[in-house]
Amino acid sequence: MTLRPDLAAIAAHVAKGSRVLDIGCGDGALMAELESTLGVDARGLELNPAQVERCVARGLSVVQGDADSDLANYPDKAFDYAILSQTLQTAKRPDLMLDELLRVGAKAFVSFPNFAHWRTRAALMFGGRMPVTSALPLSWYETQNIHHVTIDDFRELARAKGAQIERSWFFAGEKQIGAPAANWRAEFAVFELSR
Amino acid sequence: MATPPASKSFALPNDLPLDCGQALSNVEIAYESYGELAADKSNAVLICHALTGDQYLASPHPVTGKPGWWEQMVGPGKPIDTDRFHVICANVIGSCMGSTGPMSDGLDGKPYAMRFPVITIRDMVRGLVVLLDGMGIERLHSVVGGSMGGMQALSLAANWPDRAERVLVIASTARHSAQNIAFHEVGRQAIMADPAWQDGDYYASDASPDNGLAVARMAAHITYLSEEGLTAKFGRRLQDRSSKSFGFDADFQVESYLRYQGSGFTQRFDANSYLYITRAMDYFDLADEFAKTPGSGKLADAFAGTGSRFCLVSFDTDWLYPTAESRHIVHALNAAGAKVSFVELSAPHGHDSFLLEHAALDRVVQGFLE
Repeated sequence: MTLRPDLAAIAAHVAKGSRVLDIGCGDGALMAELESTLGVDARGLELNPAQVERCVARGLSVVQGDADSDLANYPDKAFDYAILSQTLQTAKRPDLMLDELLRVGAKAFVSFPNFAHWRTRAALMFGGRMPVTSALPLSWYETQNIHHVTIDDFRELARAKGAQIERSWFFAGEKQIGAPAANWRAEFAVFELSR
Repeated sequence: MATPPASKSFALPNDLPLDCGQALSNVEIAYESYGELAADKSNAVLICHALTGDQYLASPHPVTGKPGWWEQMVGPGKPIDTDRFHVICANVIGSCMGSTGPMSDGLDGKPYAMRFPVITIRDMVRGLVVLLDGMGIERLHSVVGGSMGGMQALSLAANWPDRAERVLVIASTARHSAQNIAFHEVGRQAIMADPAWQDGDYYASDASPDNGLAVARMAAHITYLSEEGLTAKFGRRLQDRSSKSFGFDADFQVESYLRYQGSGFTQRFDANSYLYITRAMDYFDLADEFAKTPGSGKLADAFAGTGSRFCLVSFDTDWLYPTAESRHIVHALNAAGAKVSFVELSAPHGHDSFLLEHAALDRVVQGFLE
């Protein structure tokens, strides 16, 4: 099966046989891919019970819970990688979430929609309304994204938290693009962090 | 209750040591099995029953004639598929459906009654492990249990960590709360306050504490249901009458239902067994079993180094063993680095939801056993 581009970038850079916690694992697509192709020991955390049920039914070890509160129950450095895909912007406190990622995982992958993409900026600038784009498809009142973030904001947060950005990947639509002017050009970003 | 007809029975070759320090002699364990055991014995699934359950999980109950208690889950083509799995369900020690319990004869040829030693969940499981040894089953494909059955599954995983590859725990807990103990104490007091109880020595007499046992069952039954479920099923509707009787008959449907549940229960269950098994559940505190000093136990220590895969399921309307209890177990398993899945399912029927039709539960159980 084909993974979403941000998940494919993550899957391509996870080491064989490593221990992974996928936070907000959804239907478990990434976990299943990591387990079957890389022999990864993958665990998941997911808020939506219907998604958890799907994961368990496909044999994945997924716990239903809220990342905002439940990460605290995992021991320090229990995982080689903590993965947070498209979930940072839904966290109550993304800054504390980042701390937790780098506490439970030796490294972390974080992916999120970039609010500074030119289309988003244009929608706000010229439309005067909260942007609804392919990357941010829901209206302001129904979206779970309560902390919109830009690539530059994230880099600044990582710096403030003393986190090392090991690698980064940027995407416009399904296509990977280069780092120059990514804050303008990228709809999605993936960062690999360590501390 | 009537003497139960014989199930398959296994005679333990040795005395069974118990947590209280005593040992039980001449122990029999009655069990049922469904589906063929594979030549390599890799497809054995042990299902542990709840407080008032028994070994008849997928075949008619010999006393009541009712279908097995988990027939919608276990059978050919069912989520626990007996075309694939060899499913074993044994009556726990202390119970009354053929396994050694207070109504069994002691060494002097008279029923144990209250001379039966107080047993624990771990003692029940110790008996089940001897049964598995007798069957030559070293490693279970899965151990599965709801409610007290879940406690046994957890106890097996913690105390005999190599015996089960998968551990599925539904609507259960790793310890009895004060509220759990309190409800059980109401039931026990109802039995012991019944003059027919006769300090437990009623087996040879004409009278047995059916009234006390029925009240115990009525009180417990309320804890198995949800307020929402009771309201939907009965509301304030009257039973076979158009107005209140200004008396103490079963005016309300819910009263009539509870009385029916209570009296039906006495046909198939022994009052002393009810005392012993509720006691075992009240004593259950898995963390404490692994504590170096009393009260200092961490549940994660019970699962240290486990290689089993775990799945826990709770129901949102279960107030007997609420979701928080399952989450507590999940956190401990996470801390121990165990592979664990957990989901809270939505169901209107409270604790009893695990025994009723539930499509999502079916999918989770089937998927986890894959």
